[in-house]
Amino acid sequence: MVIFLRNKYSVCPGCSLLCDDIEIEMKGTEIDKANNACIKGVSRIKDTKKLESKIDGNEVNQDEAIFKAAELLQNANNPLIFGLDNSTTEAQLEAIKLAKLISATIDDNSSFCQGPIVNAILKNELKTCTLDDVRDYADVLVFWGADPSNSHPRLNSKYAYYPRGKERQRGWDEDRTAIAIDVRESSSSVLCKDNFYQIPPRSDGELMTALSSAFSGKMPKVSFDIETQRILKLSNILKKAKYGVIFAGLGLTYSQTGIETIKNFLTELNTYSNFHLIPMVGHYNMRGFNQALYNETGYVNRVKFVKNESGNLDIKHGLQYSVLEQLNNKEPDTVLIIGTDPFTSMPHSVAKKLKEVPTIIIDPCETLTEKIADVVIRSAKSGIECGGNAIRIDGTCVELVPIINSGCLCDEHIICKIMEEI
Amino acid sequence: MTNVMEVYNLLPKTNCKECGKSTCMAFAVDLLARKVKVDDCSPIKNENQYIENYQKLTDLFKTSDDVSEAGLIVHEEKCTGCGNCVVACPVNVSHDPKGVALGKAPKSNKVILRVIDGVVKSSNVHECRRFGEEKILCNACIVTCPNKAIEFV
Repeated sequence: MVIFLRNKYSVCPGCSLLCDDIEIEMKGTEIDKANNACIKGVSRIKDTKKLESKIDGNEVNQDEAIFKAAELLQNANNPLIFGLDNSTTEAQLEAIKLAKLISATIDDNSSFCQGPIVNAILKNELKTCTLDDVRDYADVLVFWGADPSNSHPRLNSKYAYYPRGKERQRGWDEDRTAIAIDVRESSSSVLCKDNFYQIPPRSDGELMTALSSAFSGKMPKVSFDIETQRILKLSNILKKAKYGVIFAGLGLTYSQTGIETIKNFLTELNTYSNFHLIPMVGHYNMRGFNQALYNETGYVNRVKFVKNESGNLDIKHGLQYSVLEQLNNKEPDTVLIIGTDPFTSMPHSVAKKLKEVPTIIIDPCETLTEKIADVVIRSAKSGIECGGNAIRIDGTCVELVPIINSGCLCDEHIICKIMEEI
Repeated sequence: MTNVMEVYNLLPKTNCKECGKSTCMAFAVDLLARKVKVDDCSPIKNENQYIENYQKLTDLFKTSDDVSEAGLIVHEEKCTGCGNCVVACPVNVSHDPKGVALGKAPKSNKVILRVIDGVVKSSNVHECRRFGEEKILCNACIVTCPNKAIEFV
């Protein structure tokens, strides 16, 4: 095992914040401590247990597993490639090339996560900003349907609530106001104290409408139990913000059937104030996948490549190409899953359909899904055992520098090898 | 939090001055400030009638291995290493204005709190605002902890 000579700080691939100030302490060739990282990051950085590739549950060498995977994909008529949110941008681009080569459907977790909001941001339909802007300028922070203390533990300490910034020099208690809007009390809402607004599930749109009324001086009305005075107080804080940021969590995204209400609310709010929206993307490079696929096809997810009669590629996009619809309708005849675990992230009724199709997994970790997989290819952990680029929660590109070299192939090289075999 | 009346009520209240203080109330105040120890009151330590109160006071001022000199306890099983306390601590900010004050990795060795391997650890506690004669009841690290992992005794 080789230890890289690297800069003082490493980047943590534990979540989409991609914290770039991690101090690694080595003990021989092993990572001993990952200082400044949160508990999520530490568990990801320090878990470098080496596992073996498998075919039908039996351990094999990596080349055999790659050959078998190539064979399955080559013989497939309607393959599905899913995942890639925990891979580097370089690996994602290779996977898109593979999808084009074998005329596959390609989708990722954003399909049932923050895809619609990232799509609107990439199309400049929603105003956004970087996390460095949040630290330097933001005076009002709204955690809407989000619990960053658990999902992105260092968001508040590194960028949002607590750090001093260029125009926020007096500290969090004087310079910033944090607001939480959620259906239940959370680790983040307790930090907001009186500015926590508890609302019933799926009533986010109703609260937005009430706030819009309050902005224009009308009396806000809602069907659920909340004091009118509190809504007026909230609308005043939002209106008076010099630089506001809404951190949109899955709670907000899932409460809407589309994002028109969110777009309209932000437009209305910005006639009085200066608000930005950042989607609380979970996986460390989900925005990278959305960006890469958007650059290639004009869509952030749910894409199918089809060769037409003249041999050119047609790009198809729609709900029917989402991983959930594809599996529900039993459409794919081979599934390639890269760096994600459907059995923990999808409803079991959908994930269990994977049992009926040949499944290939590329993952450095042991997952529940691999119990039903035909082929498991072990890859290097990106950001720890191999490098590359990734896109942060705010769209900023961050370079991942490997900490150790375990000799494992990274996702990018494994996908290249599969393409060579095909 | 223990208050001075609670401590006073457990003392003999005889104002015997054996401890060198003029009254038992003065002793209670100094006991609470950790300037004297329970054992410095010889009647409560040696006389059988006070044995129950002696035990209660000893328990009240028992030092634990986990407690720092400033009375800071970090419950490591609750800490997620989010670093809110590290950035919110006013002493950390003044000692490290280009590091933790901006939410970045500590650049100074004088910081009181820092995250080591996913858990917050304390050092230089004599710099804490709750330490020493001029102490104040600063609670920046407590109120910013989302998991109530920090407390002072």
